[in-house]
Amino acid sequence: MMASSYNAKEEDGHHSGPSSHGGAGAVKSKKPDNTAFKQQRLPAWQPILTAGTVLPAFFVIGLIFIPIGIGLYVTSNNIKEFEIDYTGVDVSSPCFSCAKNYSWDSTTSCTCSVNFTLEQPFESNVFMYYGLSNFYQNHRRYVKSRDDSQLNGDRSALTNPSKECEPYRTSEGQPIAPCGAIANSLFNDTLVLYHVDSNGTKISIPLAKKGIAWWTDKHVKFRNPGGNDNLTIAFQGTNKPVNWRKPVFELDPDDRDNNGFINEDFIVWMRTAALPTFRKLYRIIHKKSSSTPTLASGRYILDITYNYPVLSFDGRKRMILSTISWMGGKNPFLGIAYITVGSICFFLGVVLLIIHHKYDSRNSSADIPN
Amino acid sequence: MAVNFNEMLKGDERRVDSRTIYVGHRPCSASEPFIPPKFCDNRIVSSKYTVWNFLPKNLFEQFRRIANFYFLIIFLVQVIVDTPTSPVTSGLPLCFVITVTAIKQGYEDWLRHKADNEVNKYPVTVLENGLRLRKESEKIKVGDVLEVEEEETFPCDLILLRSSRDDDTCFVTTASLDGESNHKTHYTVPDIEKDLESLSATLECEQPQPDLYKSLGPENLLLKGATLKNTEKVCGVAIYTGMETKMALNYQGKSQKRSAVEKSINAFLLVYLCILLSKALVCTTLKYLWQSKPGQDEPWYNEKTQKVRDTNLYLKMFTDFLSFMVLFNFIIPVSMYVTVEMQKFLGSFFITWDKDFFDPEIKEGALVNTSDLNEELGQVEYVFTDKTGTLTQNNMEFIECCIDGFQYKHRDVNSEVDGFCVTDGPVNSLKEKAGREREELFLRALCLCHTVQVKESPEGFIASSPDEVALVKGAMRYGFTFLGLESKAMKILNRSHEIEVYDLLHVLNFDPVRRRMSVIVKCKSGDIVLFCKGADSSIFPRVRQEEVEPIRVHVERNAKEGYRTLCVAYKLLGTEEYARVDAALREARLALQGREEKLMAVYNEVETGMSLIGATAVEDRLQEEAAETMQALQGAGIKIWVLTGDKMETAKSTCFACRLFQMTTELLELTVRTLDEGGRKREERLHELLLEYHKKAVQDAPSVENSISGNWSVTSHEYGFIIDGATLSMVLNSTDSNSSHYRTLFLQICQNCTAVLCCRMAPLQKAQIVKLVKNSKGSPITLSIGDGANDVSMILEAHVGIGIKGKEGRQAVRNSDYAIPKLKHLKKLLLAHGHLYYVRIAHLVQYFFYKNLCFILPQFLYQFFCGHSQQPLYDAAYLTMYNICFTSMPILAYSLLEQHISIQALLSNAPLYREIRKNAMLRWRPFLYWTLLGVFHGLVFFFGVRCLFRNSALQDDGQVYGNWSYGTIVFTVLVFTVTLKLALDTRHWTWINHFVIWGSLAFYVLFSFFWGGIIWPFLRQQRMYFVFATMLSSLSAWLVIIVLIVLSLLPEILLAVFRKPFTPFTQQRNPVESNVGAVPSPLSSTRPLLMRTFTDESNTVI
Repeated sequence: MMASSYNAKEEDGHHSGPSSHGGAGAVKSKKPDNTAFKQQRLPAWQPILTAGTVLPAFFVIGLIFIPIGIGLYVTSNNIKEFEIDYTGVDVSSPCFSCAKNYSWDSTTSCTCSVNFTLEQPFESNVFMYYGLSNFYQNHRRYVKSRDDSQLNGDRSALTNPSKECEPYRTSEGQPIAPCGAIANSLFNDTLVLYHVDSNGTKISIPLAKKGIAWWTDKHVKFRNPGGNDNLTIAFQGTNKPVNWRKPVFELDPDDRDNNGFINEDFIVWMRTAALPTFRKLYRIIHKKSSSTPTLASGRYILDITYNYPVLSFDGRKRMILSTISWMGGKNPFLGIAYITVGSICFFLGVVLLIIHHKYDSRNSSADIPN
Repeated sequence: MAVNFNEMLKGDERRVDSRTIYVGHRPCSASEPFIPPKFCDNRIVSSKYTVWNFLPKNLFEQFRRIANFYFLIIFLVQVIVDTPTSPVTSGLPLCFVITVTAIKQGYEDWLRHKADNEVNKYPVTVLENGLRLRKESEKIKVGDVLEVEEEETFPCDLILLRSSRDDDTCFVTTASLDGESNHKTHYTVPDIEKDLESLSATLECEQPQPDLYKSLGPENLLLKGATLKNTEKVCGVAIYTGMETKMALNYQGKSQKRSAVEKSINAFLLVYLCILLSKALVCTTLKYLWQSKPGQDEPWYNEKTQKVRDTNLYLKMFTDFLSFMVLFNFIIPVSMYVTVEMQKFLGSFFITWDKDFFDPEIKEGALVNTSDLNEELGQVEYVFTDKTGTLTQNNMEFIECCIDGFQYKHRDVNSEVDGFCVTDGPVNSLKEKAGREREELFLRALCLCHTVQVKESPEGFIASSPDEVALVKGAMRYGFTFLGLESKAMKILNRSHEIEVYDLLHVLNFDPVRRRMSVIVKCKSGDIVLFCKGADSSIFPRVRQEEVEPIRVHVERNAKEGYRTLCVAYKLLGTEEYARVDAALREARLALQGREEKLMAVYNEVETGMSLIGATAVEDRLQEEAAETMQALQGAGIKIWVLTGDKMETAKSTCFACRLFQMTTELLELTVRTLDEGGRKREERLHELLLEYHKKAVQDAPSVENSISGNWSVTSHEYGFIIDGATLSMVLNSTDSNSSHYRTLFLQICQNCTAVLCCRMAPLQKAQIVKLVKNSKGSPITLSIGDGANDVSMILEAHVGIGIKGKEGRQAVRNSDYAIPKLKHLKKLLLAHGHLYYVRIAHLVQYFFYKNLCFILPQFLYQFFCGHSQQPLYDAAYLTMYNICFTSMPILAYSLLEQHISIQALLSNAPLYREIRKNAMLRWRPFLYWTLLGVFHGLVFFFGVRCLFRNSALQDDGQVYGNWSYGTIVFTVLVFTVTLKLALDTRHWTWINHFVIWGSLAFYVLFSFFWGGIIWPFLRQQRMYFVFATMLSSLSAWLVIIVLIVLSLLPEILLAVFRKPFTPFTQQRNPVESNVGAVPSPLSSTRPLLMRTFTDESNTVI
């Protein structure tokens, strides 16, 4: 006796008159697809972290991390590191007069020598760093004050450096190459190391100045304009940075592959440090033979050509000698971190184990709702 | 001749200025100069933009949103001021957001244009100077005489002048206006010349008004959008065109509803904005303190340009502040808005796609009108449900009737009239049946007193209310068949298979206030009879009292059984009396002002002194699984209120049937009946009862707070509360000072009851109740569900409005936020979808804030090590990509797919719903937890790497790393930790989750290689060149990355172990503090307009 004529079409509210939009209604009344995705029934892995599953993980982490930590700590401790501050703040320090009397205009450079003694021999390759403190290489104004196109050998950037280089963009009407604050403040102390042997003679220690910059920087990122030949011509029409004594193409006149923008000291300096106290690789002392240590214990003399003023901003200069392991320089942090985290995990594992046991026995009878 | 037609609608005296229309553009008299009045044309413009103004207008609209505006400001600051990060970092995401939104809105507008065009270009027939011209719909002018054929829709609002039917009527359906599919009868303007060509008339009518639902226009007015039915053709004069038609005036967006989650987001945003501002302030202050030391501000190696030196100090401070703001602005990411929007938009598809919501009967699934409220579905505390059509099927079946106190029960379809008497029924137990005469009178009344129309097939009836169809069909079973209405004559086939003809003189329409309807017919014998049927409460006072008692017994018994009862009465009208009534009715109908009041008065006057014949009982069957659904919802801690216009007994029986009330439930009744019991003044009794119930339900009962934390199922005593409309209005509108006191008492009682039944509710009262609860203490989330036009007000009022695609038209569906075919779908919608959506979006929001906090915190800390110079820690590419690419997809996938508890478990375990109530995952406590986690991670990332960089020689060749390596290591740890943190939180790993989580990490690594692998020609600085690759060549970097990730995730893993499975934050929660300090959302109306399908558009716009 179904008589009332409610029909779906009219209910739909779309009038069957000619102005109704055919098609749309048909699509709408379609039954939803019965796909796993649309019905939210995709097969799924449903992990639940419980004491039971996490416990082994904690033990495993603890058992892996603690040995690694110990390894790291031992490695770090085996690294020999020697550090000496030669800023010359104290009256007693040899570089005091240099630090005090220094001025940019002086044509003659000030030199001073620092004596020190290595208690233990440095066996493997020794890396010589200079360290600066309270030097904000990561200051924003400083970090951006460079022109990477110019450093990449771009000719137009050479003659027309980026605006970012201001106020070290031009001098005497000519563009500065390399422009910018970073290049302008290139570290220009010269450090020379002598070993004083038992009979008091100074033996100069050969310092390698290659291999201190990132390979990619040296070979790709930094390029001289127009190749490495005839840098004098290539840099014609540009001026040296105001604080520099000599133009960029005289940074290392002896070695064509280490001159101009691809001078490694320059490249190292151009990689701005992360923190205001930093070290930068200066030279490498390669191990000569397997029998003798690279640097034997004994007295050494560090000859410094003191050019770089730091006292005006209360900075410090250091010279660091360090051996290197697979993990880099001396840094006990990683070892300690691993040991700590490993121990925490292990400790938590034990605690969890205890809790797990209690929890299990307690809940065997009383069930948790849900 | 002038036809004065005035369309008056109640309460609009303000807009009495009328318009004069010259029918056919012919002047009334030759002497008057004809000045064609200016009206708007018939073009419908629902589109917002044109090709020309799209860009500026759309951009303007978009930047009016606070969030967009904020990001625009940040972008402009970056462009103007010398800021640490390039404008690209914030410009690109903003551009992306703006573009996507513009494309979306453009597409929607294009759809609207298309729909508009379809309507505007639709050909219509215009009668002009005796010619029939085909015109495009948009060219119709006010005053044009139009011809409309059957099944056509009216192109504008018309006054019916001529109909092809003999009785000067026509039938229309207004399905596309209000969804009611019944045929409505409209009449031509009386006393009009048949020759329309020569008709010269003026029409006076009101200025256009939007009031559509009040009454669908007076009976001469044909509304645009309605469809002509059963009538060959009609002619009418256009009175309102284009944007002035009722339909266009009614086309307006619904008010934007905001979800609780959104309020939380805004509150959190405010916190983060404060963090951002304080960070910037701290940095600026420290910068100038630091600089004041000699040699720090401008050391010889790092001089300022002359221009900077000359800048005013305060200006510098200000720009520095802005720069810090820009540097840290990533803490409030644009992408969060995009992701939240996407999550809501895409997430809502799961509702539409759910095949459990598909109803084979109407061949439709669920409909999502607003995806903004998905998560609100998981927060519902109060459900307000309509009874008829929602709890019950609204599929009426005639069960029995009672005539003069004798019960007639239909037992078999084939049997003849088969009344049988039940023992408790009749007063006069000697007779088994009422007299044959009375029987036939009763059945004739059933056959005549209705507005049912007969469709082609003899048994097809069309009516606005299914009760009427049930009654007519019921009468048919007893031998009286209604054959139809032809030119005001109703034909009935009686038991002896003779055709009786009655002249239909007047129909006194049904309205919810009177709760009855009447017809006045003239029999063949010349007698004029008024038949009236209506609710018992409205009939009993109007009949002779001695007749009431025997019927009342039946009515009450039937009501208790859950049947809908109607009483039938009649009255003989003498010729004189009729003449008076007729005149009064005609006068009232043509009244210019206060028409409805006048009609009502006449109706009330006529419908008195009737004699009661009998009553009918119609069964309204419960919806499928109505009881199960209600139980599940109650189990979920949701309080259910039934708001119905039905009488108390019927509603109560439905409530029992739905198991809302149980046998053990103690019912607290606050109705007119209980108020009258004491024999004292109602007000006093009300006061007394309220206090008594309050004592019972509130003071003596264990507090709600206890029952939340305690075990729910063992609530000692359950109360049900019943109130009726009259009492409710006493409670709400009582004049004395007690009013607010009553309200609180009432609310407190209700809040402690498991179920509340409000019967005899007017639609507006329903909304009032919803509003009352909505604004009560703790501002609970309310949900209204209903299927009819009378539920619209409460659907619009509640936080979430659900429409049932029932039989009472589409109005509820159209005004709802979600529409489902059946009530039973509500269970899954709330318990499964709502729960999941809430958990998903809550996690999404918390995670987003967390990941940006630990993203920006190292950047902030770095300022202490770089002289507060706004040096960014990360490369610009990382800053930009972090939120867009590296960490956005996993959380989006999570927020779409996560099922921390399977849908099955959620459905079968309703109490799980309680665990997320009161915005549990977005309260300040979890927020604090996430914030602390973010801070902890940020500290670990930064200082871990900081310790490593005490010696920046990290490779075995002694070479050193710079600041960009530092940032890259921090960033790598960050990306991995944040992604793995999400992985830890993911309980439902589909292949998509695997794909996006591992894919994001792989993408980060690949991108970093790629980004650092090339000297980018367009970049001024090659700071990232080979930084990532070199970092990977260092064993120390690997080791530090691993240990920092493990250390960061350690507390998370630990907590996950201690946390009970399934219960994220239930252990303790603070019930008082919620969304303190919520700000008006910067997220303005981005209702996913794409959700509106084409059909929807056509419904509302044409």
